[in-house]
Amino acid sequence: MKSSAFQYELPEDLSAALKLLDSNDMDILPLAGGQSLMPMMNFRLAQPDILVDLNKIDSLKNITIEADSVKIGSMVRYCELEQSEIIQKHFPLIIHVIPYIAHSAIRNRGTLGGSVSLADPAAEMPSILIALNASIELSSSKNTRLVNAEDFFKGIFETDKKSNELVTSINIPISSSPKKFGFYEVTRRHGDYAMAGAVVTSDEGQDSFNETRVILFAVSTKPMRLIKSEAALNGNNLNNQDAISTAIDAVNGNTFESDLHNDEATKETLAKVSLKRAIGGLNG
Amino acid sequence: MVNTKTITVTVNGEEYTNTVNVRKNLIDYLREDLGLTGSHVGCEHGVCGACTLDMNGQTVRSCLMLAVQADGMEITTIEGLPSDGIAEELKKSFAKKNALQCGYCTPGMLSSALEYLNNGGKANKEDIRRHISGNYCRCTGYQAIVEAIYDVAENGVSK
Repeated sequence: MKSSAFQYELPEDLSAALKLLDSNDMDILPLAGGQSLMPMMNFRLAQPDILVDLNKIDSLKNITIEADSVKIGSMVRYCELEQSEIIQKHFPLIIHVIPYIAHSAIRNRGTLGGSVSLADPAAEMPSILIALNASIELSSSKNTRLVNAEDFFKGIFETDKKSNELVTSINIPISSSPKKFGFYEVTRRHGDYAMAGAVVTSDEGQDSFNETRVILFAVSTKPMRLIKSEAALNGNNLNNQDAISTAIDAVNGNTFESDLHNDEATKETLAKVSLKRAIGGLNG
Repeated sequence: MVNTKTITVTVNGEEYTNTVNVRKNLIDYLREDLGLTGSHVGCEHGVCGACTLDMNGQTVRSCLMLAVQADGMEITTIEGLPSDGIAEELKKSFAKKNALQCGYCTPGMLSSALEYLNNGGKANKEDIRRHISGNYCRCTGYQAIVEAIYDVAENGVSK
């Protein structure tokens, strides 16, 4: 399994990369950490004419505080995210979830921007970014725009990003960092893609659910935010079993997608298990 | 269309300059162009961990990197593991505990184990298992591998 032939470009800065993406109608793919794109190329699921390697673009590798939000460059690798003092201080949820993403050797190369751009429905980070009310910055040679994470993910490997655009940063409001969060995923082996998973966040107000977000992943074509579950929990005590049962029942009636190993009914069951355990594991 | 590129890579302390096809994976460059066949090609899509090696102090999957991306990097393969210190201790411990049978996973396994120990990994079997979860072994059942790493974590380097 070797990739098909391509032309390799290694732009030194962002504007050169964006110009390449703009330049013609050939099949052009940006290469970030390569931990998903390289296998796809080896399998020949992706056969770009031109590969634009982003690894030399230093301006995409920073984590900075801007006003009241944290800006994470799209080429920040998971291992760097995990070691960042800014992320450790402001977003314990991200730090908690990173060890669930594949394995050390993968996290040493894989980038946040790559995961966001790929939009694998089984990936953790898209759901985490929705839980954190993040915005995705997209740049083309003509303009730059911000899209809310909830609107960005459209379907399986499908996002709001156009082919001439790059994800340049992920912006998370510091005030969105939840006081309590719960996370649970069902996997066959540590680090595998999840069969189902759930993240629950709450801005605790005197031991009750407050501004709760409930998001499922790996069970549908994209992250599934459960507004009804959130409504069922909000305002209730963290130990209110009736409210929690209502929130878990609200998983019913949503559209689940099967994968190679699990049919829709299994996904729905695993979604409920994940949500129950995520709520049960809420911590501060 | 330019399909080759000249790269300079330091491998096991030695500098190499080669012109490579841009689509060539790093593992194939090491094996075919440099003759360093210690790193193994397993699944070629980042799942099995057999091709894991050290690049600039971190483990990477050399099947998920292009050789051209290693330009300017420092790589350590199984051939370049030092014959003293923690690496040597780990090799001895693998032999002592029978932590390999066919040996196909061993270069990648040692690379991951070394990263664990070099980053201050503790003698904790659960943590060790989690760290090597990205490396498949089809012979040992992992128990012996975990014990081999555990022993080095607990006892350190014998004088």
